[in-house]
Amino acid sequence: MRTNSRNFYLIPYVLWIALFVVTPLLLVLYYSFFDIEGHFTLENYRKFFTPVYLKMTLSSFWYAFLITLFSLLIAYPTAYLLTKTKHKQLWLLLIILPSWINLLLKAYAFLGIFGTYGAANSFLEAMGIGGRQILFTDFSFIFVSVYIFLPFMILPIFNSLDELNPTLLDASNDLGGSSWVTFKRVIFPLTLDGVKAGCQIVFIPALSLFMLTRLIAGNRVITLGTAIEQHFLVTQDWGMGSTIAVFLIIAMVLIMVLTGRRKRGIL
Amino acid sequence: MKKLIQALAAVLIVSFALLYIVSGLNSSQGYTSGNTLTIFNWGDYIDADLVDKFEQETGIKVIYETFDSNEAMMTKIEQGGTAYDIAVPSEYAIEKMKEEDLLLPVDHSKIPNLKYIDQRFMDLPFDSGNKYSIPYFWGTVGILYNTDILGDKKITSWNDLWNPEFKNQILLIDGAREVMGMGLNSLHYSLNDKNTDHLIEAKEKLDRLTPNIKAIVGDEIRMLMENDEAGIGVVWSGTAQELMWEKDNLEYVVPEEGSNLWFDNMVIPKTAKNPEAAHMFMNFILDPENAAQNTEYVGYSTPNQEALKYMDEETISDERFYPDEEMTARLEVYENLGKRMLAYYNELFLEFKMHKK
Repeated sequence: MRTNSRNFYLIPYVLWIALFVVTPLLLVLYYSFFDIEGHFTLENYRKFFTPVYLKMTLSSFWYAFLITLFSLLIAYPTAYLLTKTKHKQLWLLLIILPSWINLLLKAYAFLGIFGTYGAANSFLEAMGIGGRQILFTDFSFIFVSVYIFLPFMILPIFNSLDELNPTLLDASNDLGGSSWVTFKRVIFPLTLDGVKAGCQIVFIPALSLFMLTRLIAGNRVITLGTAIEQHFLVTQDWGMGSTIAVFLIIAMVLIMVLTGRRKRGIL
Repeated sequence: MKKLIQALAAVLIVSFALLYIVSGLNSSQGYTSGNTLTIFNWGDYIDADLVDKFEQETGIKVIYETFDSNEAMMTKIEQGGTAYDIAVPSEYAIEKMKEEDLLLPVDHSKIPNLKYIDQRFMDLPFDSGNKYSIPYFWGTVGILYNTDILGDKKITSWNDLWNPEFKNQILLIDGAREVMGMGLNSLHYSLNDKNTDHLIEAKEKLDRLTPNIKAIVGDEIRMLMENDEAGIGVVWSGTAQELMWEKDNLEYVVPEEGSNLWFDNMVIPKTAKNPEAAHMFMNFILDPENAAQNTEYVGYSTPNQEALKYMDEETISDERFYPDEEMTARLEVYENLGKRMLAYYNELFLEFKMHKK
């Protein structure tokens, strides 16, 4: 009886997974074996290994790596300081708030801020550095992407820092550990799970960014996401679009496995 | 368990209540089936006052949706999620939609105002006899430049864009056919060239333009040119006209080597629920006064001969927007290249976009 009712509860979940996760994945795989005229072929896979797509893959990974790295560098100290403040939840809310605003609106706002006559350039001129082109550069692309992904990096790190037992820090102190040693040997290893979760949440979507590449980078940065969008909407070459998607999925699974939870050695 | 059921029941009750309220609101505003007209048009491509006027005159409620490329529009119509009564594709898209049997024929007897359309725009190769489509607007692709930024340097041809002095000054529209067409035209090849050697030559020539290119963007090009963000923009004629009405420091030129001449026509998709209202709307838009009002708002060139009488003399005598025969002879209409060739154009365009400075 008990197992029966447990299985009963599983039905909606299984249905959901089957309909909205497994079926689409199978469809993507299925479409990847057809060319533009609907004939079965492996040509798409051969095409993926030509310099054009390999270069695109490399540059996607490179930009996603940079975005993740800078997000982490900013997010970790921020999350650490957050745990030390008095009204943690309020500050956290303020950091999460911008993520409620539509991505496109934020991107358009940056078009204005980074423009030749925008706020950023007026500021640079007032500082005596002089105006320069900010929009449509690698810098603006990475800056805006980091800005957008930052809350997703801060949250898991904040949570793991917040759960950290403060007595462990006292113990480290009592045993003569300097603050650097405490950080390296106690705080960081214990919050590693949060860092990993944050990196996954940022790296994987960053790999397939597409709107920002046009709006902020002016198509000077081409990622796999841009190519998928173009194949589905413009060329209507669903086969090639799906093939790229298959490789993206494989890459994501690999990343999940590599950064996945291992058995905790401490505690 | 009990709590779970209660929670589920509450969610269901709230959902149905909302559904009921929405349908109540819709019918109180006149949005009932049979009394609505769903229009699928390019962004910023109609004077909204005309839609209001049509609603008042006929009592039909208009639902208005927009798209930003022929391909996106066709994909949506093919999949049939929304039943559009009117769509506004360009000529090569009409050809393709005809082939794929996505259109309903237009009944000319229901559109008496059709007589106002200039014969030059009727019976064109992509839809002989205008069986499926009624002219809406037409225009060209050309170069818009900012005289404040470029100073006294003039632009008359595509090849002028390769001038090293224009480093980092050019904005391109994010369209494979427009950009590849520009490369082909600059080499005096046809816009519809299917010769692979010519296409590769054009792509290599475009690669050499990369240092001059600031960005390849979509509809944002209008805003960027308006804010003096770049000196040169490759745009559609209507975007140029609309900006030139607002700003004195912009000039538009149809390049010497030739360029694209395009037509956007109104069609009735096969999935239409209210073809009757679609015909009424087409007739309404072709009314000379309405067409003139629409043209003054949108900025593209109207095919409506009678509407020209209601418009500014200065606008209609401007040869860049109402080109004479000699100029028209240099312009080319896009042909439907077929899926394979179009994919090849897109592939080259993608490679061009990836070419590093």
